[in-house]
Amino acid sequence: MSSSGILKSSLAKKYAMALTGLFLCLFLVGHLLGNLQLFIPGVEGQTAFNEYALFMTTFPLVKVLSYLTYASVLFHVVDGVVLTLQNRKARPARYAVEKGSANAGWSSRNMAVLGTIVLVFIVTHMQNFWWKMHFDKAMPTQTVNGVELKDLHTVVMNFFDPAINSMAAAAAGLYVLGMFALGFHLWHGFSSAFQSMGVRHETYTPWIERAGQAFAVLVPAAFASIPLYLFLTQA
Amino acid sequence: MLDSKIPGGPLADKWTQYKNNIRLVNPANKRLIDVIVVGTGLAGSSAAASLAEMGYNVKAFCFQDSPRRAHSIAAQGGINAAKNYQNDGDSVYRLFYDTIKGGDYRSREANVHRLAEVSTSIIDQCVAQGVPFAREYGGLLDNRSFGGVQVSRTFYAKGQTGQQLLLGAYSALSRQISKGKVKMYNRHEMMDVVIVDGKARGIIARNLVTGDLERHSAHAVVLATGGYGNVFFLSTNAMGSNVSAAWKAHRKGAFMANPCFTQIHPTCIPVSGHYQSKLTLMSESLRNDGRIWVPAKAEDAEAVRKGTLKPTAIPEADRDYYLERRYPAFGNLVPRDVASRAAKERCDAGFGVNTTGEAVFLDFASAIMRYGKTEANVMGLENPSDDKMRELGKAVVKAKYGNLFDMYRQITDDNPYETPMKIYPAVHYTMGGLWVDYNLMTTVPGLYAAGEANFSDHGANRLGASALMQGLADGYFVLPYTIGDYLADDIRTGAISNDTPEFVEAEKAVQAQLDKFVSNNGTTPVDDFHRRLGRIMWDNCGMARNKEGLTQAIADIAALREEFYANVRVPGSAKGYNPELDKAGRVADFLELGELMCKDALEREESCGGHFREEHQTEEGEALRRDDEFTFVSAWECNGKPNDANLHKEGLVYENIELKQRSYK
Amino acid sequence: MNLTLKVWRQNGPQDKGHFDTHQLSDVTGDMSFLEMMDVLNDKIIREGGEPIAFDHDCREGICGMCSMFINGEAHGPGRGVTTCQLHMRSFKDGDTITIEPWRASAFPVVKDLTVDRSAFDRIIQAGGYVSVNTSGETLDANAIPVPKADADEAFNAATCIGCGACVATCKNASAMLFVSAKVSQFALLPQGQPERKRRVTRMVEQMDKEGFGNCTNTGACAVECPKGIDLTNIARMNRDFLNASVTGQ
Repeated sequence: MSSSGILKSSLAKKYAMALTGLFLCLFLVGHLLGNLQLFIPGVEGQTAFNEYALFMTTFPLVKVLSYLTYASVLFHVVDGVVLTLQNRKARPARYAVEKGSANAGWSSRNMAVLGTIVLVFIVTHMQNFWWKMHFDKAMPTQTVNGVELKDLHTVVMNFFDPAINSMAAAAAGLYVLGMFALGFHLWHGFSSAFQSMGVRHETYTPWIERAGQAFAVLVPAAFASIPLYLFLTQA
Repeated sequence: MLDSKIPGGPLADKWTQYKNNIRLVNPANKRLIDVIVVGTGLAGSSAAASLAEMGYNVKAFCFQDSPRRAHSIAAQGGINAAKNYQNDGDSVYRLFYDTIKGGDYRSREANVHRLAEVSTSIIDQCVAQGVPFAREYGGLLDNRSFGGVQVSRTFYAKGQTGQQLLLGAYSALSRQISKGKVKMYNRHEMMDVVIVDGKARGIIARNLVTGDLERHSAHAVVLATGGYGNVFFLSTNAMGSNVSAAWKAHRKGAFMANPCFTQIHPTCIPVSGHYQSKLTLMSESLRNDGRIWVPAKAEDAEAVRKGTLKPTAIPEADRDYYLERRYPAFGNLVPRDVASRAAKERCDAGFGVNTTGEAVFLDFASAIMRYGKTEANVMGLENPSDDKMRELGKAVVKAKYGNLFDMYRQITDDNPYETPMKIYPAVHYTMGGLWVDYNLMTTVPGLYAAGEANFSDHGANRLGASALMQGLADGYFVLPYTIGDYLADDIRTGAISNDTPEFVEAEKAVQAQLDKFVSNNGTTPVDDFHRRLGRIMWDNCGMARNKEGLTQAIADIAALREEFYANVRVPGSAKGYNPELDKAGRVADFLELGELMCKDALEREESCGGHFREEHQTEEGEALRRDDEFTFVSAWECNGKPNDANLHKEGLVYENIELKQRSYK
Repeated sequence: MNLTLKVWRQNGPQDKGHFDTHQLSDVTGDMSFLEMMDVLNDKIIREGGEPIAFDHDCREGICGMCSMFINGEAHGPGRGVTTCQLHMRSFKDGDTITIEPWRASAFPVVKDLTVDRSAFDRIIQAGGYVSVNTSGETLDANAIPVPKADADEAFNAATCIGCGACVATCKNASAMLFVSAKVSQFALLPQGQPERKRRVTRMVEQMDKEGFGNCTNTGACAVECPKGIDLTNIARMNRDFLNASVTGQ
């Protein structure tokens, strides 16, 4: 088979979906570890978080990884859209009665919708923080040991502070909702990626499935706990 | 006089010598020759694939939506082969002998011996194709036992052997289709054979989707169109299985041989209601482990029928394991005809066990305990409880017959692990069929019949697991050789034109019948007639036959046929997809065949195998052959109405086997 | 029992199609679903109408011909059964039953509930075989031992009846379960090894060409499969295809 053949094949598209998806799972872990620093109180926490933010935006290896992440998101989305359109075309006439719940889980049947919600969340989220960090000239700063850092910590705190941001409650709510969508997306997506790559084993697959479900619950929950914590402690 | 063209020489060398001396067609010439194969079951698929592989241009036809759906797929138990892997004394001769004896000495020695010879190649061939036969832990092939034999020579793939073999043949066929050597016509039905200058030169086929008639020409035509058990309406055949191709051939000059030889299979799920459309077989392999019985006391049977007594509550002493009682040597593994008649005898005597009184028990309780005990020993359990053994035994039985038990439960809503199955004989297979010579050619030159469609190998009763063997033997290993001998004359003929008057006439006649059906304006659906025909056949030409009944049946069928043409209602038109019209044509042919079957049964004044004339039985109620008068094949030549058919006799000569009263005691 | 039947009627692939509603009484639990359809058709014919066209043949769950989408599920509510083995005792008096054909662009409707599944044949023709001639002059059947576990698993994959319930069920109309079952059967047996890579590549290529959708691993196909073909086969095919693509052939 020619190399262009494999790219056109339905299975190749699934491999791409799986690999980008799994890579984004890794990204989630890294991102979460960084974000958990928001739980550190006082100046100590502010410093740690801002130094981390500087590291993430300047360190060359991280830069490479971040471009990979952007590419993965983009590919995952485009590939997902292509697959969904093909799938629609494969069944032009819908059933009058279709009992999807009889034979498949809810999240597995709604990956496209869940993915779209997650995408909307990502765009909003990047506009709220990533864009400010990179392009906002009016970013507040913090001086640590004579070095002036962009104060992303304060931006985050203020964003979820109802005294400062009148929409803080809505923002926290949106973030929690986004994480719900992510959780359901991962609930199916994590183990599905292994299946797509052909990794299946009588003994190990149940463990992969359990790990995927744990991941799908714990990671989004941990993410969601941050805006909730910030909002509730500042309210 | 019919010439069966059996080659000379000692029995064991006939086939080899014949093959060595047969005329061949060289590869370049094969490309100039077209062959039509109708039907894609085991015989048809394997023949089409083999012929294409050899170089002929093949056109294959099936009425189903895919060649993979032919009814061979439903064969459950297995396929025989004289491999002697079990070292239990099996040999080609023994398989030959068992088949002749099982057929109650009404089949041809030479054909049967050839069948036994090639049986071993079939298994090799199928394994090479990737057919997943059952294996033992050592990685070698497993075998089991079937009725009428005392060796284990049956290869199997759980209860789905036919499916696996057919998919093997279908894959070989698919390979040739992809190469362009076979042109496949799905959803096409053969409507007639076209004879040009006394030779079969093509067919008229109908595209069942568009309704269009098509003319297909070829140098030879092979009919691998299966049996005609559906003449009984209720049978284990598929709904679409029909006699039409064979019957059309018969009307064009091919003789029908032994049409009354019908196999009634002893282990089927009994009829449950008037709306019933088909009967489901429970594989003969179940008789390896299941014990057949009825209550010994009439009052117990009565109570079971009323539902007031559970079969499990009847003590051992009050059960009549009638096969074990009557046939101690073979027990539950007597041949099918014997087992069926014994069931009928008990039910007629008032010991039947379901509401209709037409059912006997097939019980796995003792097998479950036996296996459970072995398992417990293997596991090293000391003094296992009965419950533990039962649990272990059920697991073994499930592994062996799980899919059959599931099927039974699905249909009857009874759990056969807990309560015995109820079974009753049902029409399953037809030994009779188109008369063929040693080359598998019918009495029409260039027209061949293979598999169940011909009559040649099973005599008056077929042994279990032999149908698959015969289908594949004919298709893979016999026909591809013998057809060359005929086609060797055709290398200079050139393509056959389908524009000749013969094709035009045949097409016109087919169209006329179709038009007649759709414009008939009757009131009664086709199935109604089919059901009534089935009732006549079952009552008079079923497990027991007598002169009076058969005479009456012939008259009744003729009357029913007239009523059919006057009053059948076929909705829709002859154009487009119209399954009712397809059915009407098939039932019309059954209405003629049924009459001929009764006539054949009436003429054969003896009992043999599946043909049991009440006038001819031993004192113990066993079939009584009359070898001095009836050691022949009845081959019927069409002469207008079925009842006017002319009888030709092919004498059967037994040079290697002594004719004996069959005994399974 | 008395039933209301909503049945899809469509005169051909180009026709838009619609539902007809029929009332049917005196249905008993011992009837198979198709026998119930026979009774309905008998009634329709006697009333001068055109009967409902549906595919069926063996009526014992093995030929793979019957194909109805009943109340939102392929082959109806039962598990491990085809439409012909589904019995009316699965329904109750007063039920409304909606009956539709398999719906997929690769399975165009022939008429009413009958669809054209020849796409499956073409996928098999693309490579679903072992290229061995039918001479009979092959190795002795016992020349290559096959571990029982492999033979059993190959058999389980080979029990696929090609009914298309997987496609009908899949929300994407994907044929992965069907194709992977055949790929697996040969991948598990020594006889299938020489053509293993070529087979999987060609069959997947043909599957894509036929216009089936993509697998999103919902697992619905395996749940509705009347023969219990499982998702291990799909994973095996994913693996084999990847291997064939990466290592060439």
